[in-house]
Amino acid sequence: MDKLLLAERHGLREGVPVFAPGDTVKVHVKVREGEKERIQVFQGLVIARKGGGVRETFTVRKISQGIGVERTFPVHSPVLEKIEVERHGIVRRAKLYYLRERKGKAARIAEKRDN
Amino acid sequence: MINGILGRKIGMTQVFEADGTVVPVTVVEAGPCLVVQRKTKDNDGYDAVQLGLVGRVSPRQLTKAVKGHFEKAGVPPARTVGEVKCDPADTVAPGDKVLCDIFAESEHVDVVGVSKGKGFQGVMKRHHFAGGAATHGSMFHRAPGSIGPSAFPSRVYPGTRSSGRMGGRQSTMKNLIVVRVDAENHLLYLRGAVPGARNAVVKIVKRPARGKAA
Repeated sequence: MDKLLLAERHGLREGVPVFAPGDTVKVHVKVREGEKERIQVFQGLVIARKGGGVRETFTVRKISQGIGVERTFPVHSPVLEKIEVERHGIVRRAKLYYLRERKGKAARIAEKRDN
Repeated sequence: MINGILGRKIGMTQVFEADGTVVPVTVVEAGPCLVVQRKTKDNDGYDAVQLGLVGRVSPRQLTKAVKGHFEKAGVPPARTVGEVKCDPADTVAPGDKVLCDIFAESEHVDVVGVSKGKGFQGVMKRHHFAGGAATHGSMFHRAPGSIGPSAFPSRVYPGTRSSGRMGGRQSTMKNLIVVRVDAENHLLYLRGAVPGARNAVVKIVKRPARGKAA
């Protein structure tokens, strides 16, 4: 399988920040509207990272107008302009799907502070 | 012009296009190959090149006949040998190297390999029969049903599709697009799936020119 890793190295993006489930991120997505291209920001909580190599994806959840919205992005997609990490959270599991059943105060996540 | 190369299937992954479209690709380690023998119309009845995929073979595994064949060509013995077509006018000599750079990006190729063995399979998986209903009291699930008329002909016609061994046969995927050529690491990225398991030997050949018989 190491040859496959070698083959995948070609597609990997550089400058992907370190982030994990529980972190709050701003994802800058290139959106094509006809001929024009603009940047759309999707800000929310990372609830999962899946897969490896170029196939890795992450899921961001946010509450938009009272409705939960989740978007899954490929980490290495050229459609992503950049990923900004806003906040690191303290969580005890890799997949935060339990947040789907919670809202408001119950859906909060403690912030990790470096000292 | 040598129109093909031998390789090993590495596995499947994906490649992004500039607009973010994901292209499923199979990575094949193609070559390097060495020419072992040049077959000519005069001598062999057709024009071709015998290629050996470079790799180590224990000398104990070789018979004297095989050893002699490689010695005659002046190339180290190869475990995997295969033939590809070439033009009669080609000046190719044993010992010549064939690399994956004979292919260009966005070129169409055919890939020949041995499909994964599936074992003894029923008629639904092997021939895409519809089968019967799973529920509602149906007592007919995955059986083939009728295999022909009765008193006449009192036999089953040859070629009637039935259950049996599936896979493990030569299979050709036609018209795959070369997405990327990594000459440094001898890797070809081909759009779509390729017959065989990982590490299986495959032959990648150029498509015959359009309108011309193969």
